[in-house]
Amino acid sequence: MKPIEAKNVNVYYGDNHVLKDVSLNIKENSVTAFIGPSGCGKSTFLRTLNRMNDYIESFRLKGKVYINGKEIYDKKVRVEELRRKVGMVFQKPNPFPKSIYDNVAYGLKIHGMTDKFEINEIVEKSLKQAALWGEVKDKLAKPALSLSGGQQQRLCIARTLAVKPSIILMDEPASALDPLSTAKIEELIHELKEKYTIVIVTHNMQQAARVSDKTAFFYLGDLVEYEKTSEIFTNPKNKQTENYITGRFG
Amino acid sequence: MPAIEPELQALKDNLLDMLSLVINQMDKCRQAIAKNDASIAEEVISDEKKVNAQEIAIDRDCENILALFTPVATDLRLVLATLKITNDLERIGDNAKSLAKFLKNNNDKINRKFITDLNIPEMLQVLIGMLKEMHEALYKGDTTLALKTQKKDEHLNEFHKKGMKTTVDLIKAHPDDIKTLLTLFSITKNLERAGDLTKNIAEELVFQIEAKVLKHRKER
Repeated sequence: MKPIEAKNVNVYYGDNHVLKDVSLNIKENSVTAFIGPSGCGKSTFLRTLNRMNDYIESFRLKGKVYINGKEIYDKKVRVEELRRKVGMVFQKPNPFPKSIYDNVAYGLKIHGMTDKFEINEIVEKSLKQAALWGEVKDKLAKPALSLSGGQQQRLCIARTLAVKPSIILMDEPASALDPLSTAKIEELIHELKEKYTIVIVTHNMQQAARVSDKTAFFYLGDLVEYEKTSEIFTNPKNKQTENYITGRFG
Repeated sequence: MPAIEPELQALKDNLLDMLSLVINQMDKCRQAIAKNDASIAEEVISDEKKVNAQEIAIDRDCENILALFTPVATDLRLVLATLKITNDLERIGDNAKSLAKFLKNNNDKINRKFITDLNIPEMLQVLIGMLKEMHEALYKGDTTLALKTQKKDEHLNEFHKKGMKTTVDLIKAHPDDIKTLLTLFSITKNLERAGDLTKNIAEELVFQIEAKVLKHRKER
């Protein structure tokens, strides 16, 4: 049983067929990158994995998506529980307008945790996992918005980790960050994959090459090629993939 | 057009120029033998500086492309293949220089029949033919032609193999010329080796175009 399995997924926004018959499986404890030009459907597909597209009124899905063996578009699925297990980090860091501590503790509290000792432990552990503890341990009560962009993004990752997901989705997590912060995020992804399954959408092909084990190339709603990252970047099978990664697209 | 494109085209052009220089060196060796002209051999020796300079320039261009453009797929394979081919060409150029040095230093001093008995002019003819075909194959990206040309290396191997027996017979007949004969035999070895290096170029072209590694496998 793979953590993520998609079978013949077709997504529509109204009459617009934005994802066409996409099937792929993602292995546990791996990093998978989705690449492709703007509008190709990679972020749409990412969002199907934790039903974030449900917020779009015209969204329709055909096909099946399984997370840890369970079909997530089944009517019996509790979406809040799904989004706890399949966490998401967005392009623009979006910490809550609360303290650093409360940002990480928030998810625990709304899932019913009340034991302060337990919450403290998890907050510390999550901030350590997100490689942020050392920088914030003496100012947990300070506003999260007082942190730098790179720190805010790592705080968002800590917030995701606190509720013990098994999968982390990242939609261009470093595109709004400076090179040093980007390097820290990439290093973090490398550490996190030992415990989590990570899927990352990125426009930065060198980043995809650096961080991922497998890469999926999307174009106009089609999954064109899905292969080991080393194969994609040394010898892609599809001419469209080759044209895209060598910058000869269009 | 992506920014890397003109860089890659310049790389291909410079590589073909380097191959042309080496073909010219080998052809001048052939002429030096045919015309018994030491001055032509002298030109081969001074041309070697140009070959070496070209190798260094191309290596530097490859380094820049890797650092600045992070090429992938076919672009990456082109740069990697070019790095290997320049190395092969520089060594072929060295072989031409060794032969030219011998011709220059031994002009009118040796029995010229030794050179023809050891089939050195024929070996040069085969090698020059192979190099010219490889030039065309690289220019067109024609792996079929490159692999066809590879097979002609067999002729060089045959000549070299026969050369061993011929050298032994010549030494028996001309014991005072043993040093010259052994030097000439080592020249046939160098030309046979130049054939092997030309074969390597074909393998690098296949790697560049088809992403297949032919090294250390049986010939197709």
